[in-house]
Amino acid sequence: MHGALSILPLKVDRLQYAARGAELIKGISFELGAGARTVIMGPNGAGKSLILRLCHGLLAPTGGSVAWAGAGAGREGAPRRHAMVFQRPVMLRRSARANLVHALSLAGAGRPDRARRADEALERFGLAGFAGRPARLLSGGEQQRLAIARAWALKPQVLFLDEPTSALDPAATRAIEEMIAGIHADGVKIVMTTHDLGQARRIADEILFLHHGRLVEHAPAAQFLDHPSTKEAGAFVKGELLW
Amino acid sequence: MDGDGAFSTAIQLILSADPVLAEIVALSLRVTLSAVLVSCLIGLPLGAALALSRFPGRGAVIIVFNALMGLPPVVAGLLVYLLLSRSGPLGFLSLLFTPTAMIIAQTILILPIIVSLTRSVVDDLWREYADQLRSLGSSATRAIPTLLWDGRFSLVTVILAGLGRAMAEVGAVLIVGGNIAGHTRTMTTAIALETARGDLALALGLGIILLTLTLILNTGAFVSGRIAERVAG
Repeated sequence: MHGALSILPLKVDRLQYAARGAELIKGISFELGAGARTVIMGPNGAGKSLILRLCHGLLAPTGGSVAWAGAGAGREGAPRRHAMVFQRPVMLRRSARANLVHALSLAGAGRPDRARRADEALERFGLAGFAGRPARLLSGGEQQRLAIARAWALKPQVLFLDEPTSALDPAATRAIEEMIAGIHADGVKIVMTTHDLGQARRIADEILFLHHGRLVEHAPAAQFLDHPSTKEAGAFVKGELLW
Repeated sequence: MDGDGAFSTAIQLILSADPVLAEIVALSLRVTLSAVLVSCLIGLPLGAALALSRFPGRGAVIIVFNALMGLPPVVAGLLVYLLLSRSGPLGFLSLLFTPTAMIIAQTILILPIIVSLTRSVVDDLWREYADQLRSLGSSATRAIPTLLWDGRFSLVTVILAGLGRAMAEVGAVLIVGGNIAGHTRTMTTAIALETARGDLALALGLGIILLTLTLILNTGAFVSGRIAERVAG
């Protein structure tokens, strides 16, 4: 991918995370390889967002490890090979295009390179019409599409998405899912969280099911959604309230 | 003493384009705006850095800057006076009773306001932006210009707070400037002097001009801020 050595597989080993005395991630291990779209599911508070943040390096584990394959993949200051899209996109008070240019500048791209890649990303996702508009004045769906274009412009090998459509209407959700499919087709590894079963069915190749900070199931999507092997997952898939 | 007299005096002062008055107004603006400029150049980055950094004693530094917002102007004036007086540590610079001394004194008064309020604005922004900016690979230092630019509309109000304190201030400039006619006399020190001399109409007239100037500066900042906000979101 992009001519660089792959940072996959991602090996997560006995990962723990605690905050203010509460154990939130209780020793989770898994391995993510290239290709498959991984969807992390679970009820609120299961630790879905935390797992993404820990893998992306926004949080430091209190135990265990997150290891990327390539040396220096997560090194501070080095250009990251994984990018993240948040539930609520944070846009700077400047134009849509300037937001992309800013992100590329943080990623260490040279001046002419930034402009070219920003335009390329806007063009790629049909956002060229928004280029000069103040990003904060765009609708929620438009801002999220812009956030995904911004992440794509950074040419990541892995794209983390944290409930990217949970605040959006069906039309915007559909647009986002199309973008994700396109990015996956480019060869980018997709790792996203959702609590929407329909979305998981549309997107997931494999599913990690979390409950109370533990990994309860890690299975191919069809198997998990149709024949969950644990009681918790069964209840979740049937739409029963789980806590 | 009647208000009409003061008002007509103010109008007459302006219409006559009295060169002495023009000089006083010009010096007031020069001292105040210079102090605001210097305070912003130091205070905006310093306030943002204070918001983004974590070090032992940070809480104490924040408390000290907050407390210094209430520093009595005469005390600031006295400190600068001691510093700049002939026998003081910086006496060799011969700055006492010059406009430069007044700018230094006012900077000491405004800087804590700019630092404390900027820290508060940037604190709030960072709470919202931290994950996104760190995800994009921004260090805390690199985030300072980004956050100052994104907080620009709130920071206009911060700067106006500093400007207001400087425009209104009399104690510090009186002590370190000496209210020397044609050299270090400002609007506020002139008002204090004319009041003491009993020329209340002139004092009030100067007061009206000072208030009007303050109003004009604030209107300009407010309107331009609003327009920019509408354009930039």
